[in-house]
Amino acid sequence: MTPVIHLKNITKVYTMGDTDVHALAGVSLDIHKNEYVAIMGPSGSGKSTLMNIIGCLDTPTSGLYEFNGVNVSDMNDNELAKIRNKEIGFVFQTFNLLARSDALHNVELPLIYGGVASAERKERAREALRRVGLEDRMHHKPNELSGGQRQRVAIARALITRPSIILADEPTGNLDTKTGDEIMQLFEELHEEGNTIILVTHEEYIAEHADRIIRIRDGKVERDERVRNRKRLKANAGVLV
Amino acid sequence: MRAFWSNVSFYLTEFKEGLQISFQAIRANKMRSVLTTLGIVIGIVSVTLMGTAIEGLNRAFNESVGKLGADVLFIQKFPWQSDEDWAVLRNRPDIRFEHAKAVERNVTLASNVTTVAGALQPVKYANKIIENVVVVGTDDEFDDTQNLSLTLGRFMSPAEANGGRPVVVLGADVAENLFPAENPLGKTIKVGNYSYRVLGVLEKQGKFLGMQSLDNRVYVPINRFFREFKSFRGGLEIWVKAKDRAILDDAKEEVRGIMRKARRLPPKAKDNFAINQQEIIVQTFNTIGGVIAGVGLFITGLALFVGGIGIMNIMFVSVTERTKEIGIRKAIGAPRRTILVQFLVEAAALCLIGGIIGIAIAFPLSLIIDTVLPTAMPVSIVVIALLISIFVGVISGFLPAYRASRLDPVDALRYE
Repeated sequence: MTPVIHLKNITKVYTMGDTDVHALAGVSLDIHKNEYVAIMGPSGSGKSTLMNIIGCLDTPTSGLYEFNGVNVSDMNDNELAKIRNKEIGFVFQTFNLLARSDALHNVELPLIYGGVASAERKERAREALRRVGLEDRMHHKPNELSGGQRQRVAIARALITRPSIILADEPTGNLDTKTGDEIMQLFEELHEEGNTIILVTHEEYIAEHADRIIRIRDGKVERDERVRNRKRLKANAGVLV
Repeated sequence: MRAFWSNVSFYLTEFKEGLQISFQAIRANKMRSVLTTLGIVIGIVSVTLMGTAIEGLNRAFNESVGKLGADVLFIQKFPWQSDEDWAVLRNRPDIRFEHAKAVERNVTLASNVTTVAGALQPVKYANKIIENVVVVGTDDEFDDTQNLSLTLGRFMSPAEANGGRPVVVLGADVAENLFPAENPLGKTIKVGNYSYRVLGVLEKQGKFLGMQSLDNRVYVPINRFFREFKSFRGGLEIWVKAKDRAILDDAKEEVRGIMRKARRLPPKAKDNFAINQQEIIVQTFNTIGGVIAGVGLFITGLALFVGGIGIMNIMFVSVTERTKEIGIRKAIGAPRRTILVQFLVEAAALCLIGGIIGIAIAFPLSLIIDTVLPTAMPVSIVVIALLISIFVGVISGFLPAYRASRLDPVDALRYE
C-alpha cells in the first residue's frame, strides 16, 4: 500500500551568514494510513523543520517527499497551499485561532479556501464542533473560551476537511495536565475513528500515547520504534480488572 | 460552464470574506481608521469641489456667450483670434458705414443687420454722475439682433436712428443708479457733454464672463454717436444676425462676398476684414478652461495623492501587525491571491468610506459655491470621485498586500 507520507533522504540546509546549518541531514521514513506517530527530539534536533516539511509549510533542500504518492518536493507556494488545505489538519501549541472570528467561522475557514458552498460549510463546521463537544460555544470568540476549548476549536478546524493526516505540534504545551489529558484522549478517539495522527512533542508521557515513536537528533532519525501502547494497555487492563 | 460558475462563486466568497475581514479590522482600529480615512476625505472634498467649480465656470461662460447670440456674425476690423502678423493686420482699412449699407442692401440670409460703435463717457442726471459708462452707438435693429427686451419704454425707432436724434436707451444699472426713485422715461440726461432724452430701459443682463457688466451701458443712434463721441467715421462694427443658426456658415460666406465686393478686392487677395463668431470665443475659452481645469485638478489631486500615501502607510502597519494571522490563513490553505485580495479589499474599503464621507461634506459646500457661481455638483463627478477613491485604495494597498501575500508561512506563524 502507498504510504501517506514517504520521505527519502530529506535534507534542509539554512544559510546563516557564511555558515550552512544542516537542520536535516538525510531523513527517510514512511508513515501509513491510520498510524499514530510521535516525533520526538530535543530543541535544535530538527524536529520542527521536519514537521514544517511534512506539513508542506516548507520544502526540502534535497530529497524526495511523496504525499499519497504525489511528489510535493518541488511544488510552488500555491500548490502547497492546496495540499495543506485539503490533506493536512494542523493543531498548534498556541492554538492559532483568528482572534476576531467566532468558533464557527474559525472552523469553517479551511472550507472557504477550499471553495465549499456556504450552506455546506456551516453544516460541516457545526458537525465538527459537535464532534469535539463544543456545539454550545459556536458563537464564542477565542478570548471567551478556555485554553482546552480553544484547542478543541483548533482540532475541529483540523478535522473539517477530512484530511489525510492530522499534524499536531505540542498540542498540550500550553495546557494544564488535566486539560492536556482530555485533549490527548480526544486524539486517541480520532485515531480509533481511522485518522492518521502525527504528534510532535518533546514530552515522553505525551509521546507514549502513540503507537510509534520516531526520535530525531542532529537532523537524523536516531530511533524509529513501534511501541505497544502502554497507556492504552493500562486503560484496557483497568477496565478488565 | 459549471466550472466557470463555481469559479465565480469562489471569487465572490473570497471577496465577501475579504470585506468581512476588512470591516472587522476597521472596527478594531477605529481611531487609526478615522485618521487615515481623513486624508482621503480631504482629497475627495477638494477634487469634487474643484470639479464643481469648473463646471460652474463652464456654465457661466456658456450663459455669457449665449448672450452674444450664437447666430450672430460680427464683421470687425480684427479677428478675435489669429496667427497673422500684427503689422499686416494693423494696416487694414476701417469698417465704414458704406460697408454696413452694402451688407444691409444685399444680404438675403440675415434677419437683422446693425451697426455698433462704442466709447467711454460719464453720464449725468441732476447731481448724479456715473463715470466710464460704455456708450454704444447703434441703430434700430440692435435690440432684435441681440434678443434684448425692455422693462420700460421702447428702443429707438428707424426714424430716430437714421435721423440721429438725441435719444438714449439705458442699461439696467445705469437706470437704477441715475433714477433710484423716479421714472426715467422722458427725462433728459447728459452723456458726455450732450443732452439725450430717455426712451427706455433694458432688462438686466448680468455680466459677461462674470467681469464686464452688460448693464452699465447706454445706447444712442450711431449717426449722432460719431458726431459727438468719435471724430472719425471709421472703427465701427457690423453685426449680422442669420435667419437661422443652421445657415450661419452660408450667411458668413454671403456676407464675406458682399464685403469683398464692397471693398473691390481682387479674387486672389486675402480678406482685409474679419467675420467673427462666438465659436472662436468658445474655442479660446475651452483651451484656457482646459488648462485651468487641468492645473486645478492636478493641485487638488495632490491632496488625494497624500491621502493615498497615508493609506499605504497604514496598510503596511496592518500587514505587519497581522503577520501571525496571515501565517494562520496560509497554513490552513489560503493561496497568495486570497491574501492579496483580502488586503486590497481592506484598502479599497477604507478609501471608499473616505470617498463617501468626502462627497457628503462636499455636497453642502458646493451649495455655497452655487451662491457665487451658479453650479451644481454633476452626478458624473460623484461617480468619478467614488471610482477614484477605490482606485487610490487599490493602488496604495497593492504594495502592502503584495508583501502580505508573499510572506513565508513558517516565518509568519512564528511571528509574535
